[in-house]
Order: sequence, then C-alpha cells, then structure tokens
Amino acid sequence: MSATLSTIAEFVVRVAFWMALAPLGPGIINKVKAWVAGRKGPPVLQLYYDLARLWRKGVVISTAASPGHIIGPAIAWIAISCAAALLPIGPFGSTVSFRGDAFLFIYLLAVARFAIACASLETGSAFEGMGTAREVSYAVLAEAALITALITLSVRTGSLSLSGMLTPFAGSGVMLIGAGLFIVLLAENCRVPFDDPNTHLELTMVHEAMVLDHSGPPFAAILHGSAIKLLLFAVLLADAVLPGLHLGGLGGMAVTVLALGIIMVGVGAVESLLARFAFRRVPLLLITAFLLCLFGLLAAWKGSSLQ
Amino acid sequence: MNASLNLFTGVAMGLNLLALGSSRIPSIIRAAAMQGMVIGILPLLIGSHMTLLGLLVAVGTIGIKGFLIPHLLRRAMRSANVDREEEPLIGFVPSLLLGAAATTGAVAFSGALPLLPEHSNVLLVPAALATVVAGLLLLIGRTKAISQVCGYLLLENGIYLFGLLLINAMPLVVETGILLDLTVGVFVIGIIADRIQRAFDTLDTRKLTSLHE
Repeated sequence: MSATLSTIAEFVVRVAFWMALAPLGPGIINKVKAWVAGRKGPPVLQLYYDLARLWRKGVVISTAASPGHIIGPAIAWIAISCAAALLPIGPFGSTVSFRGDAFLFIYLLAVARFAIACASLETGSAFEGMGTAREVSYAVLAEAALITALITLSVRTGSLSLSGMLTPFAGSGVMLIGAGLFIVLLAENCRVPFDDPNTHLELTMVHEAMVLDHSGPPFAAILHGSAIKLLLFAVLLADAVLPGLHLGGLGGMAVTVLALGIIMVGVGAVESLLARFAFRRVPLLLITAFLLCLFGLLAAWKGSSLQ
Repeated sequence: MNASLNLFTGVAMGLNLLALGSSRIPSIIRAAAMQGMVIGILPLLIGSHMTLLGLLVAVGTIGIKGFLIPHLLRRAMRSANVDREEEPLIGFVPSLLLGAAATTGAVAFSGALPLLPEHSNVLLVPAALATVVAGLLLLIGRTKAISQVCGYLLLENGIYLFGLLLINAMPLVVETGILLDLTVGVFVIGIIADRIQRAFDTLDTRKLTSLHE
C-alpha cells in the first residue's frame, strides 16, 4: 500500500516538475533567436508571465460554440502531461512503466491533437478549419516518422516499454534516428521550416490559425501544453540518441540538462538561419524524416548481421 | 574495414535519395558528383588495393566523377540557360518513396542471393541495385535533359559498385576505360543539350517525342 502511495506521490511530483520547467524551452529558443539577430529579446521567463496574464483574463466564447470549446484544451493539456510522465528522463528512469506503454504514449499525443482540433472547429469559423486542416495534414506524416522511430528502438532492444527501449544506447543508425526525430520535433511543435510561431499573416498561419478563437485560461492551457510537448520531444530525442544520459547520479543529470539545452539552442539556431518552407515542400521534408527513421529501422534490422 | 566500407556505401545510398528528392538541377548534379567521389574511394577500402595503380584509379575516378563531369554539366546548363526548377513526370514524394522501397527491397533481396562469404556482410550488392533503380527513376521521371544525364551517371555508379565485387578478378584498367567512355559521353551530351536548346528553345525532352518536317 505504501509502495503504491509513494509511486503516486512520485508521479505527481514528476508531473509538477514537467509543468514547472516546460515554459523555459520557448524562452531559451526566443533568446537564441534574439541573440543571433543582435537583439536583446524577451526575458527567458516571458512565457511564465504570459501564462499568468492569460490565466487572470476572462474567456470570450462564440455563441455557436458548445462546451467542447473549453473542454478540448483541458483534455489536450492533461493528455500531454500524462504522455510526458510516461517518458523516462535520463538517469531518473520512469515512474510508471509497463509493457506497451509506447503505444499509450503515441495515442496520448494523438488524443491531445484530436481534442485541440475538435475544440478549434467548435466556433464554425472557416479560418480555424483551414488552420486545423493544415496542422492535421502535417501531423499525419510526422506521426508516421515518430512511430517508425519507436519501432526502430523497439527492434533494437526487443522491448515494448519506453523505459526499456530508451535506456540502452541505440547503436548503429543512431544518427538517422536522431535526425529524423529532430525533424519530427520541429514539425510537431510548429517550429520554423514548417510553421512560423511569430507569424500573424493569415495566409501562412498553421497552428496559430487553429487556436485563434481561444482566449484566457483555455488558451493558457494550449500554450502550456505546447511548451510541455516541446520539452517532451526534446527529452525523447536526447533519450534515444545519447548514451551518457544513463550514467546515473549527478553526471547523468548534468548530461541531461546539457543535452536539452543544446536541443533548444539547436531549434533556435534552425529558426534563425532557415526560412519556412513553401507548403508544397513540407511533405517532402516530413517524408525525409520518415525515411531517415525507416533506414534507421533497416540498420537496426541488418545491424546484427553486418557487425 | 567492413565498417568503413558499409559507411561509405550507406552514404552513397543516401545520396541516391537526395538526388531523387531535390527539385533543382544544380543540387541533383551535386548529389551525383558527391556519389561519384564517395564510390571513388571504395576500391582503396576493399582488400589490398593500396597500390600505386589503385591509388591512381581512385584519384582519377574522384577527379573525373566529382569535378570534371559536374563542371561539364554546369557549363552546359549555363550555356543552354535552362530553367533550374524541375518539372517531374514522377513527383518528388513518389520518387523518394519508390527509391526508399527499392533500397529496402535491395537489402532484403541481397540477403537471399548466393553471394561469396566475403561479400555477404557488406552493403555493396544492395547499394548497387538501389543506385541502378534510382538512376532509372531519374531517367524516366524527369523531363530536363541534364537531370536525365544525372540519372545516367547514377546508373553508371550502380554498375561500378557492382563491378567492385569483381575487383580481384577484373583489372582496374577496365574501370579506367569505362571512366573515359563516361567522360566522353557526358561531353557529347553537353554539346547535344546545347543543340537541343538552340533548336527547340528548351531542354524539355517531351518536345522531342513528335516528328517534324
């Protein structure tokens, strides 16, 4: 009984940590972008201020919208947080781990996307519909790449749980998986080659168009959820690629923090050096990510016979 | 030795897909050139071919496939003043997927082939098959003459990779002869591209299918 209680307590503490630390990610990325452009930039803690401000604001709801407009972001927020709690973090391992939790992880992310897409369609606005259609059509291809990457890790290690497949060093094909997962990270979090988070030009908006009708606390939940999702994909990438993450103790923690920092700086660098792609070129890049993961799978499959 | 050999052949297979996925002619030329350089190094990695002749052939291959032929193609492109953007018959995503399917299929298929024991754990056979298929895809699926030449180069690279299996039986001089033929071929194609451009005002080979007086 006490073991169960301590597991629950650890789970709660871990989710709290995820929620507390997640808004740092976009702050670091914006700081890097500002630094490359030679500006001072917003403070690293800017997203915390934004979330606090949004939380105190009222909510404007269209008369056409049902309660799903509010419930959707809440479901997405909870689903993403649960997915994050399933993920092992370097030296700490994972709290809850069972056979097949990788499937739950993928489905929780899909549920979050479905909930936000439904909520944004609630108002019946054509503009939200357009943004949702774009976001979901990117997500279909990105999800294929993510699933292929997880299958690769599973084939490598012969394990179906996230902690089992992410703990050992991925071996041959690790660079392919790393590159594929980085592209998935950029696509899933609507970063630059796919979508410009700063754009307010109607023709080019993707994620921003989808959540345009949300305001106040639901919008804060969406923003916070996407910050957690960014950190989640960064942790997944670091777990899959870096062997030093599992040193245990202080060394492992330092490597984890360093790896996450490097990934955030990398996203910021990509964002300041690349322009976003034309819509017709985006599927090509996502297919490339899928193929990188597929060849990682091929390398994992052939790896044993080629050594 | 096998690890570095597999790394280089793996890079060559990746360059196939880069050539299939790129929408601009200069990047297709660059991919073909890089593949030529990568497979030019390979003879030095197989067995004991670190001789003077082997080194000369490797340097010659890298020089001709990596620098001379791309230079000829770029000059033909400049003088013909072609449109850089590609209008593919087979789209980029389908041709990428076909190339990837060919690569996967080649790896699976070569496992079923009765190869010599020293060839069974290197990627030469799958890389050769995949490169030949990628070259054919470029030849069939692109409309601009210069990217079709790049498809031809990829095809030749695939045959060269297959020829590396016979490196102990076939003298490297044969490879040198093929290299010379290839250079002359690309040289002639460069002149033909210029003529096509003058006669039809485009390098689009679809214009060449109907007969005129």
